[in-house]
Amino acid sequence: MSALLAVEGLDVRHGLLQAVRQVSFEVADGETLALVGANGAGKTTLLRAIAGAHTPSGGRVHFDGRDITRLSAHQRVKLGIALVPEGRRLFPNLTVEENLRVAGGAGRSGAWTVDTVLDAFPLLGPLRRKQAVSLSGGEQQATAIGRALMTNPRLLLLDEVSLGLAPVVVEGVYRSLASLIEGGATVILVEQDLGRAMSVANRVACMLEGRIVLEGNPGELTREQVTEAYFGLRRKEASA
Amino acid sequence: MSVASVAARDARIQRWTPLSVAFTGGLAGIVAVLAFAPVVLGENSQNNLIQLYFLIIMAMMWNALAGYGGLVSVGQQGFIGIGAYAAVFLSVQHSLNPYLSMLLATFVGAALAIPVAAVVLWFKHGAFAIATWVVAEAFAIVVSLDPNPAIGGGTGTSALLPFNLRYTPTQRLHYTYWAALGAVAVLLLLLFVLLRSRLGGSLQAIRDDEEAAASVGVRVLLGKGILFVVAGAGSAAAGTIILAWQLSILPLGPDSIFGIDWTAKMIFMVLVGGLGTFEGPIIGAVALYVLQTYGPNGGVWYFVLLGGIAIGFALFLPRGIWGTIQERFNVQLLPVGYRLRNVTTGRGTA
Amino acid sequence: MTWVSAIVHGILLGGFYALLATGLALMFGVMRIINLAHGSLALIGAYMAFLFVEHAHISPYLALAPILPVALVAGYALQRTMLERSLRAGQLVPLLTTFGLLIVIANLLQYFFSPDVHSLDEGRIGAAAWNVSSALAIPWFDVLTLGIAVFLLGGLQLVLQHTQLGRELRATAEDPDTAELVGVNARAVYARATAIAVATAALAGVFYGMRTSFDPNAGAAELLYAFEAVVIGGIGSLWGTLWGGIVLGVAQLVGAQINTEYFALSGHVVFLAVLVVRVAIQGGRLTLVPRRAT
Repeated sequence: MSALLAVEGLDVRHGLLQAVRQVSFEVADGETLALVGANGAGKTTLLRAIAGAHTPSGGRVHFDGRDITRLSAHQRVKLGIALVPEGRRLFPNLTVEENLRVAGGAGRSGAWTVDTVLDAFPLLGPLRRKQAVSLSGGEQQATAIGRALMTNPRLLLLDEVSLGLAPVVVEGVYRSLASLIEGGATVILVEQDLGRAMSVANRVACMLEGRIVLEGNPGELTREQVTEAYFGLRRKEASA
Repeated sequence: MSVASVAARDARIQRWTPLSVAFTGGLAGIVAVLAFAPVVLGENSQNNLIQLYFLIIMAMMWNALAGYGGLVSVGQQGFIGIGAYAAVFLSVQHSLNPYLSMLLATFVGAALAIPVAAVVLWFKHGAFAIATWVVAEAFAIVVSLDPNPAIGGGTGTSALLPFNLRYTPTQRLHYTYWAALGAVAVLLLLLFVLLRSRLGGSLQAIRDDEEAAASVGVRVLLGKGILFVVAGAGSAAAGTIILAWQLSILPLGPDSIFGIDWTAKMIFMVLVGGLGTFEGPIIGAVALYVLQTYGPNGGVWYFVLLGGIAIGFALFLPRGIWGTIQERFNVQLLPVGYRLRNVTTGRGTA
Repeated sequence: MTWVSAIVHGILLGGFYALLATGLALMFGVMRIINLAHGSLALIGAYMAFLFVEHAHISPYLALAPILPVALVAGYALQRTMLERSLRAGQLVPLLTTFGLLIVIANLLQYFFSPDVHSLDEGRIGAAAWNVSSALAIPWFDVLTLGIAVFLLGGLQLVLQHTQLGRELRATAEDPDTAELVGVNARAVYARATAIAVATAALAGVFYGMRTSFDPNAGAAELLYAFEAVVIGGIGSLWGTLWGGIVLGVAQLVGAQINTEYFALSGHVVFLAVLVVRVAIQGGRLTLVPRRAT
């Protein structure tokens, strides 16, 4: 089975900093990859580069067999890549429904419509006409995920969906995610909470200073291995 | 080479590089040489250079506001006009020496900038820009309604008398030239000192992220206020020089001393020269001056050329002449920034 | 009774300012571009109408039929070729571009049409007025202008609230980066906004040509008033542009009642007063430059 997403030797700069260095990996259709790592490891930049919001300085991104490196973000959305950005980034003065509908214009057919999204996130139902800026963190996160779903993506990229949310709320978010994943969605999930990440993913990749330093199945990797990779405790003295 | 691998002891903060020492010294030398112009050059050249000087002042002031302060003012012409009118008023009404009046008028401009700043600095970006324009227009109208004969109301006024009573036309030319050159030197020095001081650092912080700057104690309003007052003074100074040069001024109409044309020229000079750089406005002023002096003589095609160049720069050289050079070659001639110098490699990054 | 007349005519004048200001409000609200060339673009509309009147012998109103589509296309092209690039280079660069355009347009107009003054005939409606009383006559043309402004602003507001284009416009105005991430082609959206802005400018230009005579350098004062209207009404609000224009028009004409020389000055004073009061109401907080998402 060929990979849905293949990233090859990706280099991405963030201002003057080299945020992603020579990253290569693949994600198969239906897989859930958890991308973990400390702050500043390059996870968000990598996701944004895959989504097309950040232009890489080197390397390639292939989606469904096609080289999409030169495509802009909205073109990638039309191909089926959707990013739920870090910090939610809803359109503050648009209502929940309008936030959803904006994304609905992407023109991809599929199961997700305003009604099915509201069914999947029942807490949003009564909030349809509320302005996004007045929502709570959990409500915003649900809307942000729903908004990405409106584009009927084949690959869903989730950046730190648990950030700033109460544990109870995170529970709810992950429950929705679990049913999405069961439904066969392909997901790349950036998550600081190691436990959650490992429980929901079938593969884990750990990033450190822009590189992937560990990759494998959660079942095979011990927590110690991941922790060491996370903090770079046994890193060889690499030349800078 | 990652930043982390440069140990603290390997790097030094450096302000003056050999190049910038040489250039600053050279600049001072140029000013000294230019001071001899009235002795060496003819009337025409002196007149032209006076124009160049007030263009430089205007460009520097607009750049200080927009490039360093993030304040897009479309109303500096208000202070230009106030400077000119204050100088006329003091020399005609109070019979002060016209050059003394010019100096005092500069302070009048600064003083007037304080209440204006107190009002306009509260406004957001777009509202601020339009508000500055409105204030300038209001100044123009108030001046045009002034019944005082020294001001002349809508028909304008002239400084002919105060000058002619004391100086011959040649003397006026020479003294005005030196006053203009002096003003450029003083204002350049003032801005230079300000930008190297804590204010300069604060302004950089404000430009990068105003909220964050305020949260670490940067006094945002004060910083902007100081810039606004300096720009007001500088613009007023430019206005007084224009007065000494052309003698008669009008408050309204196409040739008004309060005309929006001045701002248009400032935008051109600063963006063509390089916004936010110290050297840029000077280069932009020279560019405009060259266009004015050697380009098609006024008329439609001069302006089409001017507009075409503006558009060309916006599309292809948006960082301006100096901005582009600075970016490509990592050069800084006037040391207003900091350079992180790697002692071992000897190379610095700005 | 002349105070009433001043107020009524001020409202009508405000209608014209709102019409002229619509394009400015759009471009500033969506793209943060201060379009210095807006007045020049309006003048092109006036001159084009003049050409149609002279050579095709149709009324200026009919001339709008070909002029508006051309203006839409021109606006779209303007954004895609010049303004898009300028915006990418920096927030202030469009100032230089639109300044350049302003000069080039004004002078090319002068070259092709000479500095002579022209005007457009507003037709039979021009002479007609509703004589409410001996002291108050309401010209129908001015009412038409106000009506068109209301219609235009109302229509645009409807588009913004209830269409996909409108949602995309609002989303892109708030956060162009994220808009792209949900499938909105930000550049196409901006181009459509500019297209509409230039079309409204052309429309306003034709009406300007009908209410007064014009030459290539006309409209400088009115441009400032249009900017004032946008700011008074609150940047980002279309209806605000309407009531901003009305407040300004009324201020100007009431001021002129006191002394004809106070016309513009009264507008300026009210402008500053409204802004100061608004800031004071917001608690005197330092209102920061709205940050664009990076």
